[in-house]
Amino acid sequence: MKSISVLARMTFQEAIRRRIVLTGLVLGILFLILFSIGAYLISTEIQRETFAEGGAAYQNIMRTEMSNFLLMAGLYAVTFLSVAMGALLGADTLAGEINSGSIQTILTKPVRRSDVVFGKWLGFAGLLGLYAILMSGGVILIVFLQSDYIPRNMLTGLSLIYLESLLVMTISLAGSSAMPALATGGMVFGLYGLAFLGGWIEQIGTLASIPAAVQIGIVSSLIVPTEALWRRAAFEMQTPLASSLGMSPFGAFSAPSLLMVLYAILYLVVVFAIAVSTFNRRDI
Amino acid sequence: MSIPAIKTEELRKVFGDRAAVKGLTLQVEQGEVFGFLGPNGAGKTTSMKMLLGLVAPTSGSASLLGAPIGDLPTRARVGFLPEHFRFQDWLTAREFLLLHGQLLGMDARDLQTRREELLERVGLSPFGNKLLRTFSKGMLQRVGLAQALLNRPALVFLDEPTSGLDPVGRRLVRDIIRELKEGGTCVFLNSHLLSEIEVTCDRVAFISHGEVIRTIEMESLERNMSRVTIRASGLTPEAIHGLARWGENIQSNDGQLVMTLQQEQALPEITRYLVAQNAEVYAITPNRISLEEIFIETVGEDGGL
Repeated sequence: MKSISVLARMTFQEAIRRRIVLTGLVLGILFLILFSIGAYLISTEIQRETFAEGGAAYQNIMRTEMSNFLLMAGLYAVTFLSVAMGALLGADTLAGEINSGSIQTILTKPVRRSDVVFGKWLGFAGLLGLYAILMSGGVILIVFLQSDYIPRNMLTGLSLIYLESLLVMTISLAGSSAMPALATGGMVFGLYGLAFLGGWIEQIGTLASIPAAVQIGIVSSLIVPTEALWRRAAFEMQTPLASSLGMSPFGAFSAPSLLMVLYAILYLVVVFAIAVSTFNRRDI
Repeated sequence: MSIPAIKTEELRKVFGDRAAVKGLTLQVEQGEVFGFLGPNGAGKTTSMKMLLGLVAPTSGSASLLGAPIGDLPTRARVGFLPEHFRFQDWLTAREFLLLHGQLLGMDARDLQTRREELLERVGLSPFGNKLLRTFSKGMLQRVGLAQALLNRPALVFLDEPTSGLDPVGRRLVRDIIRELKEGGTCVFLNSHLLSEIEVTCDRVAFISHGEVIRTIEMESLERNMSRVTIRASGLTPEAIHGLARWGENIQSNDGQLVMTLQQEQALPEITRYLVAQNAEVYAITPNRISLEEIFIETVGEDGGL
């Protein structure tokens, strides 16, 4: 247990020292500044237009829908950034240290290899958690400050987004236990892209009532349930009106079931187990 | 009989269709300084990695300090300096040693004192708070050595410990190995530098194509297999012939004789004999057969390629 916490702390410290945290922080803040300017411009423009017509009820609905739209757009971008962060953190870690040899003095200590994998996983999970709090929290705060809007099911939605980044990080860690960093990165983004495309095919299929397209989407979600997690998160947080109106580029029309969320959690556990067993058998 | 520090039986490692280690059988006693010699690609590093649990053997068995390889509690009593010492270069030397001490499960207070003691010993005290990123190759090797000794190990593996060091650093490593031996630590030394092995080791094994092909005690090397150069004039062929009773391989040219002796003790007798033969003796110089000569004789001029 102690060695796991030592390794998790080491992972954390490494991310700080190697300026990964700083880079994430600076780019994250830049993103939030950009987002707040954009959100401000769009919302003032829309408010000016809506105030010209309709009554108070209409204006209220419009403001809510607009705020939700902006929020979902922001979170969509945050999700992508978190996924990229998870992929990059995981890809270089084991592969890079095996390659440089710096892992040799660690693995010859009285430490199980599974402890090394778990310690690193915990360290990264902590980093991604902080990143999620900064970015998702920032987006929600900006929208709240501009229009007093708080999305429904906020914690559920944010947890799902966090889970997605954890899932990608775990896949990346597993790849990194067997392959070089670059190959791992390629694999992870490839899988992510596949899920992304599958998700869109499913959404269009649902909208146009093409069962085969929906099936493709479900199969792709089973292969990699990342996109499904985002769509579930969007479904949780978007307004009922947006859901019923149909597709928005950042929302979800067909929401994956809770079973899919459970599947994603199980998927993560299995991938983690694969990472450990691959790393256990690896000659260093 | 105490438990051997290292014991291997028919340890074998195959990568694809190439056997890196063919069948390593050896035993190293506790407190012994053991040299592991062989040409490049002979399987030295792979053998060491198998013993340390970094590489899984294809077949065969091995134990460290009586426990099968890979045993976790035993690892707390073993130290290791890898060949390509690359460390967490974003840590300072002190943080690096702290990390490794914590992974060894050392008590915090003991770790603190041990760390300072070792930094001092390897001459890095003034650089303890500098990032390893800023260290030279030699400094990294020193901090790596300190890391290998944190837990006061009963058995230390040093893979090419002097490769990045200048003569001062090499002398330091040599002294540390001597201190370890005095403290009863077994040192398993993998090195190309035969002169290093010669002055530090009790016993050496020559390995080629992943097999031990010869093991020699350094003491016997010093005692028995002496070569002697005799510079004398007025030697008759008969007198030269008469020397054969003390040794062999007599080569003579230009008033200079070189021969291999069975026993160093024969030297005074040879001196008396030469004088009795009316030879003018200028010098009798014993020169030990160097490890290098044995190395080349054992693995061949081609280096076992």
